[in-house]
Amino acid sequence: MPSMTLHIVIVEPDESRARLVIDSLQPLGHRVTVIAEASGLARRVAEIAPDIVLIDMANPSRDALEEMALASGPMDRPVAFFVDRTDRDLTRQAIEAGVSAYVVDGLQPERVGSVLDAAIARFQMFRRMRLELETTRRALEERKLIDRAKGILMKARGISEEEAYALLRKTAMDQGRKLAEVAAALVTAAGLLS
Amino acid sequence: MTLVPLRLGFVPLLDMAPLAVAQAIGFAAAEGLQLDLRAAPSWSSLRDMLLWGQIDAAHMLAPLPVALALGLNGPVRQVDVLQVLSVNGNTVVVSQALAGQLRDSGFGFDFEDAFAARQALAEVQPEVLRIGVPFPFSTHAALVDCWLRGTGMTYQLTTVPPPRMADALNAGEIDAFCVGEPWGSVAVDQGAGTLLLPGTAIWAAAPEKVLAARHDWIEDNADTTARLMRAIWKASRWLYDPSNRMAISELLSQPELVNAPAELLDRALSGQMVISPRGETRQVAGMIRFHDGATPFPWRSQAAWFATQLACKHDLDVPASVSTARALFRTDIYRQTLRSVGADLPGASDKLEGALTHPTAVASERGTMILARDAFFDGRIFDPDRFQC
Repeated sequence: MPSMTLHIVIVEPDESRARLVIDSLQPLGHRVTVIAEASGLARRVAEIAPDIVLIDMANPSRDALEEMALASGPMDRPVAFFVDRTDRDLTRQAIEAGVSAYVVDGLQPERVGSVLDAAIARFQMFRRMRLELETTRRALEERKLIDRAKGILMKARGISEEEAYALLRKTAMDQGRKLAEVAAALVTAAGLLS
Repeated sequence: MTLVPLRLGFVPLLDMAPLAVAQAIGFAAAEGLQLDLRAAPSWSSLRDMLLWGQIDAAHMLAPLPVALALGLNGPVRQVDVLQVLSVNGNTVVVSQALAGQLRDSGFGFDFEDAFAARQALAEVQPEVLRIGVPFPFSTHAALVDCWLRGTGMTYQLTTVPPPRMADALNAGEIDAFCVGEPWGSVAVDQGAGTLLLPGTAIWAAAPEKVLAARHDWIEDNADTTARLMRAIWKASRWLYDPSNRMAISELLSQPELVNAPAELLDRALSGQMVISPRGETRQVAGMIRFHDGATPFPWRSQAAWFATQLACKHDLDVPASVSTARALFRTDIYRQTLRSVGADLPGASDKLEGALTHPTAVASERGTMILARDAFFDGRIFDPDRFQC
């Protein structure tokens, strides 16, 4: 039934992420268009005139879409905000997953619901991936810092690696700071003195 | 003492300084608070984070709570304004192409006379002038409207995220923009634009960012609200001390705060603006204010000014809009909370906007209140009791 098909725009600069969202929406029978460029975003969305626009909450260009709800002259299709009173649970889930959606007024809630469920699932996945990446990166950086701090101590005080580590840990505990913070301070200070 | 954690949202801009200072200098800890500062990528995301409880309070565009209460930005929601975080801090920037045309026409870039700048623009810009603003409901949009509306000049406001302004100018998507510092200075530094005017040239005392929280959250957390307000107010007093200026720009330049070079942040703090890529400088009085001139006080007349602007632009009932907006600016909580820390309080919660052509002493509890110059470029005066379009 062609009337069941929704035209959905995804604003996403990362091609592989856009692909994942497309793959989750096309099986539902919807037509999906991707906009990767931030320039002239509101104008391009207006030209496409989709039923739903999905955008990552972390995308700074999201503000450009806020104009759509304002620019609705008599000939334009009114755009409602997804942040709506009708389905608070779904809205909360979407915000927590980091996806925001702009929906044309008058769409049946159940039709919007299935699209959003799919989008929310994908965005939750992105969020997890992003967090894991960030945690891994930080852990690596901290380890590098601690290794350098250990090296500095071993050289300056002629102690073993275990003793250097114990000294760092004790200092961190005494000062109520994180091991990585103490290591960073030592590395910076050593850099200044050398 | 265990500190109470509080989540505060902000958008990376110089005027989020009171939040950063409250946490970093210890004013929050002195009030038993631990501020968890969360950068938002856009104003719409910041708004959603606040409405949906991911943050407790926010650094917000002054007209945004008004737009929310009027139902202009999604379903009607009540977000209250506890105090004003900053006044001014904006620049109007033109593309290098437009700057060249203006220079050729003999315009001197005095960085002062908004009337002359408008006239010069009208002469060189026959078509539609496309102006970038950070959000549809912003002091920036209101300032541009105030400056150009009804003058016969054809202009169009487009929303562009502040970090993209310089690129949009370079790419020819827009001809000019109005935005908060450091983004005007960033465009100059990148050779993308020339500063045409400081925001002060349009309105000498334009309320810019406010400390906002949901009405129901404030009701449920009266004590925490008071502690937060005291910490932010003391931070604003610290910001007023010129000897702290270098510490401010260094603090804010951090990647998790404003993430811009300290040298650029320092320009608006000192009022010493570099207006063009060729290095011309201009000194601006009151380029940004955090404390003096009763800056933190949430004047209800300013709520009325924004409401009138929005109601006229969007065809809403003006008196009803004004009365809704006035109730959002919580002068009642401000008076009750900040008297004890030494804030001087004005006799009235409304004033004429735009009536002061020089600093003026006004009636206040301690008798120490001096309001800054607040004139509009065209001498108009806004009377909150006699509003009209």
